[in-house]
Amino acid sequence: MAADERLSRVFAALADPTRRDIVARLSDGDATVSQLGASYDVSLQAVSKHLKVLEDAGLVSRTRDAQRRPVHLEAEVFDLMTKWIERYRQQAEERYRRLDAVLAAMQEPASGDDAIGAEGAAS
Amino acid sequence: MTTTRHETTIEAPPGLPFVEITREFDAPPELVFRAHVEPDLAMQWLGPRDIHSVAEHWDARTGGSWRYVSTRGEESYRFYGSFHEVRPPHRIVQTFTFEGWPDGVSLDTLTLEPLDGGRTRLRIVSVLDSLESRDAMVASGMERGVVEGYQHLDELLLTL
Repeated sequence: MAADERLSRVFAALADPTRRDIVARLSDGDATVSQLGASYDVSLQAVSKHLKVLEDAGLVSRTRDAQRRPVHLEAEVFDLMTKWIERYRQQAEERYRRLDAVLAAMQEPASGDDAIGAEGAAS
Repeated sequence: MTTTRHETTIEAPPGLPFVEITREFDAPPELVFRAHVEPDLAMQWLGPRDIHSVAEHWDARTGGSWRYVSTRGEESYRFYGSFHEVRPPHRIVQTFTFEGWPDGVSLDTLTLEPLDGGRTRLRIVSVLDSLESRDAMVASGMERGVVEGYQHLDELLLTL
């Protein structure tokens, strides 16, 4: 799956409060569908549908063996979230480097009569 | 290090509709403030990267409002909001909405703290209307962001 499509799926999966709650619950450890279902006022079938969305997004996995099939949180996906935040930070940093340049220009000694109001601020 | 490098820091805690940005500048608060409220200055740095931004409306006073459009080729992006409070030279409180995510709104409180040597520490605390909007804002730089993500969710929910 392409990285951007994966990202969209992760966002979609986490858009739902019940699914976010399931993710939070699984961060404490693996759980079975029935254990998860006991926490919510919804049917096991509804829990399974939520898990399917989370699984398709790569947020959780289920082992194939045995009937229990505990659900496991894929922590690596949260590295992806860290990457979004880092990307957002870099964009803010780029923006503020442009602001650095604007501020530097504002503090340059004026070449003409009309200084841009920075009198007294020049060092 | 012989040169000063100020790196932006971001706090975006998981599960909270909140973002905090801090950054230091080699200029006094008065100038940083002007670069935020004067449209000719703000348009030089505020819009998305490599995109030409034009203020369509800009009334930077308490109770005023703002709108700008950023254009790249045939694509254009519009952003607008209110100036809730403009208090020179240390505080600006405003709202921010991207028209592509019309239900989302950010309440941004900007403070400029004077530092020694005529420098400034900028801090912006943004509180979003929802976690979805917060995540959309954080993901806004991705090539396909959260908007497509939620459109995908809508389609997905129809099939469940």
